[in-house]
Amino acid sequence: MSRFIVRRLFSMIGVLFAISVLTFLLFNALPNPALRLAGRFASAAQIAHINHQWGFDQPVYIRYLTIMKLVFTGKVISYDQQVNVDHQLLQYLPVTASLAIGAGIIWLSMGILFGVLSAWRAGKWLDRGLTVLALIGVSMPVFFLGALMSYYLGDKWGILPAGGYVKLQDDPAQWFVHMLMPWFALSVLFIGVYSRVLRSTILDTVNDDYVRTARAKGLTERQTMTRHVLRNSLIPIVTLFGLDFAAVIGGGAILTESVFNLHGIGQYAAQSVEALDIPPVLVITLFGAFVVVILGAVTDILYAYLDPRIRL
Amino acid sequence: MSSGARTPSANGYLLDVEDLKVSFRTEDGVVRAVDGVSFGIKPGEVVAIVGESGSGKSVTAMTLMGLTRSPNATFEGRALFDGRDLVTATDEDLRKVRGAGIAMVFQDPMSSLDPVQRIGKQIVEQIRTHDRKISKAQAYDRASELMERVGIPRAQERLRSYPHEFSGGMRQRVMIAMALSNAPTLLIADEPTTALDVTIQAQILDELRQLRTETGAAIILVTHDLGVVADIADRIVVMYAGRVVEQGTLDEIFYDPQHPYTWGLLGSITRIDRDRSQRLPAIPGLPPSLLRPPEGCHFRPRCPHAYDRCTQVPELKARLADAADHLDRCWLEPERKRRLRVVGDQIGLASEEAVIS
Amino acid sequence: MSATGSTPASVIEESLPHEGWPGGEGAEVPPGIGPYQLAWRRLRRNKVALAFGGLFLVILILCLLAPLYAKYVAHTGPNSENVDTALNQFGVPLGPTWHAKYFLGADPVGRDVAVRLLYGGRNSLEIGFEATLITIVLATLLGVLSGYFRGPLDGFISRAFEVIWAYPVYLLGIVLGVVLAISGLDLGLFKIGSSSLLITALIIGVIYTPYVGKAIRGQVLGLREREFIDAARQQGLGNFRIMYQEILPNVASTIIVFIPLVLANAILTEAGLSFLGAGVRPPNPSWGTMISEGINLLPSAVHTMLVPGIMLVLCVLGINVFGDGVRDALDPRAKIRIDH
Repeated sequence: MSRFIVRRLFSMIGVLFAISVLTFLLFNALPNPALRLAGRFASAAQIAHINHQWGFDQPVYIRYLTIMKLVFTGKVISYDQQVNVDHQLLQYLPVTASLAIGAGIIWLSMGILFGVLSAWRAGKWLDRGLTVLALIGVSMPVFFLGALMSYYLGDKWGILPAGGYVKLQDDPAQWFVHMLMPWFALSVLFIGVYSRVLRSTILDTVNDDYVRTARAKGLTERQTMTRHVLRNSLIPIVTLFGLDFAAVIGGGAILTESVFNLHGIGQYAAQSVEALDIPPVLVITLFGAFVVVILGAVTDILYAYLDPRIRL
Repeated sequence: MSSGARTPSANGYLLDVEDLKVSFRTEDGVVRAVDGVSFGIKPGEVVAIVGESGSGKSVTAMTLMGLTRSPNATFEGRALFDGRDLVTATDEDLRKVRGAGIAMVFQDPMSSLDPVQRIGKQIVEQIRTHDRKISKAQAYDRASELMERVGIPRAQERLRSYPHEFSGGMRQRVMIAMALSNAPTLLIADEPTTALDVTIQAQILDELRQLRTETGAAIILVTHDLGVVADIADRIVVMYAGRVVEQGTLDEIFYDPQHPYTWGLLGSITRIDRDRSQRLPAIPGLPPSLLRPPEGCHFRPRCPHAYDRCTQVPELKARLADAADHLDRCWLEPERKRRLRVVGDQIGLASEEAVIS
Repeated sequence: MSATGSTPASVIEESLPHEGWPGGEGAEVPPGIGPYQLAWRRLRRNKVALAFGGLFLVILILCLLAPLYAKYVAHTGPNSENVDTALNQFGVPLGPTWHAKYFLGADPVGRDVAVRLLYGGRNSLEIGFEATLITIVLATLLGVLSGYFRGPLDGFISRAFEVIWAYPVYLLGIVLGVVLAISGLDLGLFKIGSSSLLITALIIGVIYTPYVGKAIRGQVLGLREREFIDAARQQGLGNFRIMYQEILPNVASTIIVFIPLVLANAILTEAGLSFLGAGVRPPNPSWGTMISEGINLLPSAVHTMLVPGIMLVLCVLGINVFGDGVRDALDPRAKIRIDH
């Protein structure tokens, strides 16, 4: 097991390095980088300053090192707003974290619940109904759903606030109320996917030979289901969750944040793109990718723990 | 808690199967997988159920444990064990019998064990399901003993292994150990050696034979291989297309077979002293569809000795004066049978076979 | 599920007539039917999947006929702004008139929503199909090569997959969208202008390649250990012949299952990118940009947001339900699960 972990971590570092290089190259592909970095209304002096600071007059590999150093030592300044990107990131992180964690709990629990129900009543009305819901969930773009919820539940009927974020420490009740719609909008897609994957996995597992053995041993149906069927069926869900959750934290909630006007990392990225403000986009992209890779490695290790066959 | 002695039924049988019928409703129609199977097992006996794929032998075995119950299955007939009819038993009653009074060993040991749990845990699970009072430590000790008994070295350590860390033969021994954990009086082994190498086959069969001697358990051995059966069985039940076509003692079946299908099976066992210029004999044709089985005797389309009476279903009964327990389903007279079954210089099923020169 | 479990699938499978069955009298003998014909039959029986597939087809055709609609029905183009006739005194655009002109209403700058909807659909669907094609081709190529040859090639391709997959989809899409939008794509062999739809299609296509590629690679890894590959090698077939003749047909069913899945996701991703401004560039319409514009108008003129949104959902739903039907039809075990 420990050999597996070490191997995985090494692989992770390799990928992280490749990502940093790739991201760097992408931004390098932009013509007139200094001009872009400086934003739309820069002066000549600013441009010269950027050229020096980011090392645009240096060879490629020095540029890479310079930029990485800037990013990791937290000295990247957004030129559009003259603020430190890393500080901004830390400010926006709690919002995205609230969104991701809350939604994650909802979509994992409801996805599993619906998946189990669907499998339990496979072929009957409950299953068909849940399948229909899942299909709609998967076909519904999150920004449209969010806009619908925000408009109807928010503006029109005033049941819930249409958008905005209230800090947890300021007013927990309001924080909760404001997060409800974004949580559900974001979860719908995942609930749809997870319930169908779980349903399918359970129905496959139920036909496996070791389930027959379990019954032959004298286990009750419930014991067979929980100890053997579910235990095996939930493993792929765990993997999926690790990856999806990472993607959401890393900036994948960009659409939800935009629609509900939540000042999170995703919205920060969207706004920066619109303003062609490159430094934040660079940092957020790196951050997002890193989160995915690290959590991906953690998920793989967890999976190896749950399924011993993988450790080979 | 040991299972103790089971009450045999009135005629001394541990398990008494009477006219068992199992049908499944499928997309394409109703399949009569088992169409009237009857046999009995005395305590300590080894009965082999022999037949090819689709003969209904596995369905019969699994039905005894209630493992074929589902919304699209229908059952008729009875299977009496310990004073209870297994076919109509309640789920709770069935659960008490499974893994305790009757235990089962399946064909593919790799897929029959939960891949993500340790072996020890799986054995202990069976022990503790039937004995609520035993402590975990005691259960693990018993598991370790069982593993040793079936010949697994370093049993104590290996309790912590996962199924994929064992070889095929070892896995099957683990399954046997697990099956024995509650001292069953009847062990059902469904093709226990089919998925294993020939060399391991012999070992597993030895194992089973030894266990029968040690524990006094009766064994139902389901197989398609008559060769496997010769060393270990007391009685043989030959099945074809859902029906029993012949049953009797080992000697009766091997030396005085009464059904053409049995002749075919015997004839197809390869022998070292066979005349090499002849093709390996096989029974021509394929087993019938169980959706629309042939009228009368199911073997009729493939039987070179079929005649007009064969469109009537032959009863399963003893047709030899001196062998009351040797039953068969063939209309032919025993005298004719003795002549017809000799092909070349041994027992077989006559058919037009080319000679390879 | 029943309290005591289900019929072992193997039991039923064994009892059913197999291919090439001489059988007992009266047994039905299916003539040698290939798996695809069987699948097609099963699909035909699935009325719901067919209905939704039809829905998607209808939407597709309507969008293709956009220029005809614009010319003969609405008498206006997707970009013609008629501020005077289409907006009321508060600058709020007309709601659906259900007549030929402004059938579904007007948008904030006086354009006919119905016309834009169809033109936007053309763009969205074009990008969707192109992206899907790119993904399938790349994923199959890379997946088969890496799975078959393994070694350093596999290592490289797998790492590349991991790297691309690590980027949250929209972030990567936005970054690439912005970069390529500013400078276009110049690979020496061909150039693509910065406002071309192909750029967006290319981005989406590349982003989804790892997802399908990994699945195909996994399948090929399993396939190459099978005996028929050894048999082919013994016949003297070269590697590429083997890949083409033996591996590809077996991977085909996986590819078929992925096509609707990728298409649906590509269309949704394009909508998301356009919504964020990193996909289709104005004034070209796309369902995503229309929804974005519509949201800006809220709470008035709800139709400008609803119409493209509902269309998008129906379109993707059609693909998803049909795709589900295709998957069920190709899955041999679907036959066994009768009543549960």
